[in-house]
Amino acid sequence: MRYHTPQTFEDAARIAAAAQGVTRFLAGGTDVLVQMRAGMVQPDDLIDLKHIPGTQDIARTEDGGWRIGIAVPGIALGGHEALCADWPGVVEGMELVGSTQIQGRATLAGNLCNGSPAADSVPGLITAGAVVEITGPAGTRTLPVEDVPQGPGRTALKPGELVSAIILPPRGDYGGDCYLRFIPRTEMDIAVVGCAVNLRLKGGVIAEARVALGAVAPTVMLVPEAAAAIVGTALDAAAEEALAQAATAAAKPISDKRGTAEFRREVAGVLAKRAARIAFARAKGDTA
Amino acid sequence: MAKDEYREFRLVGTRPDRPDGLDKVTGRARYGADMTAPGMLWGAVVRSPHAHARIVKIDTSKAEALEGVKAVVTRADLPTGLTGEDWDLQENTLAGERALYDGHAVAAVAATSALIAQEAARLVEVDYEVLPHVTDVDAAMAPDAPVIREGAADPTVPEGMHPNVVKYFAFDHGDVEAGFAQADLVMERTYKTEATHQGYIEPHACLGQLGSDGKGEMWVCTQGQWFIRRMCAAVVGIEAAQLRVTPSEIGGGFGGKTTIFMEPLSLALSRKAGGRPVKIVMSRSEVLRATGPTASASMDVKIGMKKDGTITAGKATFRMQGGAFPGAPVDMALYCAFAPYKMPAVECEGFDVLANRPKCAAYRAPGSPMGAFAVESLLDEMCRKLGIDPMDMRMKNAVREGDRAAYGPKFGSIGLVEVLEATRAHPNLSIPLGLNQGRGIASGYWFNHGGETSVSMAISEDGTAQVSVGTPDIGGSRASIALMTAETLGIPYEDVRVNVVETGALGVNEPTHGSRATFASGKAAVEAAQHAIKEMCRRAAAEWGIEPEAVEWVDGAAQPAGPNAGKFPPMTIAEIAGKMGSTGGPISGHHESVPGGVGESFGCHVVDVEVDPETGGVKILRYLVVQDAGRAIHPSYVEGQYQGGAAQGIGWALNEGYIYGEDGRLQNPVFLDYRVPVASDLPMIDTVIVEVPNPGHPYGVRGVGETGITPPLPAIANAIQAATGARLTELPMNPPRVLAAIKAAKAG
Ligand SMILES: Cc1cc2nc3c(=O)[nH]c(=O)nc-3n(C[C@H](O)[C@H](O)[C@H](O)COP(=O)(O)OP(=O)(O)OC[C@H]3O[C@@H](n4cnc5c(N)ncnc54)[C@H](O)[C@@H]3O)c2cc1C
Repeated sequence: MRYHTPQTFEDAARIAAAAQGVTRFLAGGTDVLVQMRAGMVQPDDLIDLKHIPGTQDIARTEDGGWRIGIAVPGIALGGHEALCADWPGVVEGMELVGSTQIQGRATLAGNLCNGSPAADSVPGLITAGAVVEITGPAGTRTLPVEDVPQGPGRTALKPGELVSAIILPPRGDYGGDCYLRFIPRTEMDIAVVGCAVNLRLKGGVIAEARVALGAVAPTVMLVPEAAAAIVGTALDAAAEEALAQAATAAAKPISDKRGTAEFRREVAGVLAKRAARIAFARAKGDTA
Repeated sequence: MAKDEYREFRLVGTRPDRPDGLDKVTGRARYGADMTAPGMLWGAVVRSPHAHARIVKIDTSKAEALEGVKAVVTRADLPTGLTGEDWDLQENTLAGERALYDGHAVAAVAATSALIAQEAARLVEVDYEVLPHVTDVDAAMAPDAPVIREGAADPTVPEGMHPNVVKYFAFDHGDVEAGFAQADLVMERTYKTEATHQGYIEPHACLGQLGSDGKGEMWVCTQGQWFIRRMCAAVVGIEAAQLRVTPSEIGGGFGGKTTIFMEPLSLALSRKAGGRPVKIVMSRSEVLRATGPTASASMDVKIGMKKDGTITAGKATFRMQGGAFPGAPVDMALYCAFAPYKMPAVECEGFDVLANRPKCAAYRAPGSPMGAFAVESLLDEMCRKLGIDPMDMRMKNAVREGDRAAYGPKFGSIGLVEVLEATRAHPNLSIPLGLNQGRGIASGYWFNHGGETSVSMAISEDGTAQVSVGTPDIGGSRASIALMTAETLGIPYEDVRVNVVETGALGVNEPTHGSRATFASGKAAVEAAQHAIKEMCRRAAAEWGIEPEAVEWVDGAAQPAGPNAGKFPPMTIAEIAGKMGSTGGPISGHHESVPGGVGESFGCHVVDVEVDPETGGVKILRYLVVQDAGRAIHPSYVEGQYQGGAAQGIGWALNEGYIYGEDGRLQNPVFLDYRVPVASDLPMIDTVIVEVPNPGHPYGVRGVGETGITPPLPAIANAIQAATGARLTELPMNPPRVLAAIKAAKAG
């Protein structure tokens, strides 16, 4: 195995493009190193991205959004007050990952690029409308986060491409987001169902909304029908019920060791309702 | 609350630091995987990916050709002709004609590094012919079930049963039908529990060496070095005394380390590699796939009860699978199931059934949690139906000294009534509950055990004492044994060092199992100390020129027994020890026995849960363990046992369990999906130590390690019904099951 520490994204992309065998990027390593240890992956080239300048930074963009470095660990997101104030749902998704030890290493980019349908930070990124900046042999492009996952362990990244930043849009007024997941225990579990809701109020009524579900399909999925169920309402009981039903209907889960399909469908609705309530309260300015 | 506030003894009942504490918190303690030896090789095990398959051919040539590989062993390298349990152990160590479960070892390799060994294991080519398999206990008894081993049944099994039923077991007393006829309510239900793993934090690890002269040594993480010695010697075909086994520190066992798994493979590999030592360390997935889960159970229970809560009769039929070998603890389960109750009539029968799963090992009160789940769940439902307080019902039917146990013998001094009284008096029982919250109560029982015991102790030249015990310290037994020895000798706790020693140093000891270490090794240590005291009194008497009977031992010194014995100042242990070389030689004491006087332990648990009615998630709000310890030698470690038992029981009740796929493969051989409770799942577990001293032990000790895992299973089921109205009869009570049960209860 060759271990690389490129100093620029362009170099990293070049090394990746030239590599012949199994290639992995190394961000926090909390997926990659575990997979290597378990014998699931044995990379020929391991490209550590943490040495690239700026990958540890969280910066405001000119339009008032955020540019998050690909090596920023969960604990740094949680410690960033302004980011937490803007996008609590994104941050809480990432903060659910693993334990204190894992939080010191695990990144948004790694969580996304690992390609798990249960990745906890991805639904929040999707409902926030985040995009990734991709650097590859042919230059740089951007892609909405919802277009990155392509199936368990698969992403839209082409050979030699890597994520070079994660960009969140400006929060704007009267917005709120939330991510909730269901796990049988209180920690150290993989989401059986995850749900993020992001919404904006206008005159006490939901003007815009996005709803995403995790762990109920081969990829994290955006559910426009669920969002439509609450737009134009003040999240009254009927709207909540319609939201829950839309989420349940959209979920396409399998039965496995982590939960039955029936259970996942039902809980998808429950979480959608609960996440919407919290996002709604946050949008109103309640500190929930 | 241990009785810290008053003091019957100088040391017994106090809470000094454990002698192994500093080593453990600084990382200096040496566990199974921490030992290395010059010239050491690394072993790796090839395991069957199939639940049931004929082994057509094993080709080891590619593995042998890999540079760095020093030995490959298959069953052909082990002796033939073993019978009974020895054959079972050998067959489990390395499959013979057939692989019997997913994870069953079929070959092993030793190489100069761990990576080369793993690579070589991948290069061993095994041709399998996959056979039909069965993993569920009821399915394994059905007429169309694949036969796991023809002729494995023992003579107890009635004619006409499926060949997978290998043992039948029954007992009864009283007239059960008459009892049911007298009852105002008779209820009958079927319960199922899934297999769970002991989940010890330390995976199995050993370093074994065996020369062509048949002499060997082993360093191993185990609960019982003599068991390892006997079993390994049988499996690899050497004489027991030629194998010297040293136990490492142990990171948990809970019964699962009282037998062998890969240990004989290190010896067989070493023998084939010219006597070079071979280290084998299991991964977590090997631990889960191939080492001791407990049995899974399917149980029918029928109970009769009068309106006032009096139990009139009980009937139980238990079916358990303990893997592809006999040994499911169905007998123990039946013995314990009704133990807390006066039973005018009982009828119990049990079936031990083979299935394509790993060979079960002991797990904390083997069998008792399953039996309690069935009986305590049904009793709770009956109390609910009759409108009786479950504490009143338990008190009304509680067994007391002199009562006949449901399984036969008469109870001696027992503390169930005291436990129930302490439970009722606890403030947790009067805390008001909110929406979706419920309280559950259940009792539990374990016999405890004496077992073969050999202890030796010696006085050092400076008057300090060393005690050699053969029971590995899993739960603080070195501290407890040091306290009892120091109490007896009249010296400070710090002046006693207790060592867990290798097989060459003592007579045969059973493992630390059956909650016996503090009871049996402790009792033997006290006997040994008394032996030494007698000798020290004799030495003082000789110096004073008086009769030995005229000398007594007080506060760590010999003194004349009364005014008539003569007037001499006390002679301290240090003075006597300082000159022992010239007064008759070393002063020591030893004791060998199978101690009688074992004291049973009853417990009662109270749990408050909150159930999320929309997701079925169960949160443990509060948990209380009340149990009779006889006497708590070191109360902190007794409380630790109570809390540990409850934590494991909570895991078993809620989220732990073996999940097999259609293909018979274990789906969750990692801690991510084999869900033991994490710290944040549990509240601080409250404990009450009840002390009804056991007259069979010099300081009143009963075993305390096992009873605590028994009540949580039913207590939580009872609490969930109280919170939701839904009764769960199958474990684990994970969110999908609880949610489905809530919906079914609502639908009526
Ligand atoms: C104990 C434990 C608990 C966990 N709990 C959770 C949990 O609760 N929820 C959850 O969602 N996950 C969990 N995980 C998984 C993991 O921690 C997360 O997915 C984490 O966010 C991965 O980030 P990382 O930086 O460590 O990724 P890495 O392991 O470094 O990389 C992961 C993958 O992404 C690729 N990659 C990384 N960076 C880039 C990039 N910039 N461009 C392109 N590809 C890239 C790598 O090649 C690799 O395939 C857990 C893991 C462990 C070990």
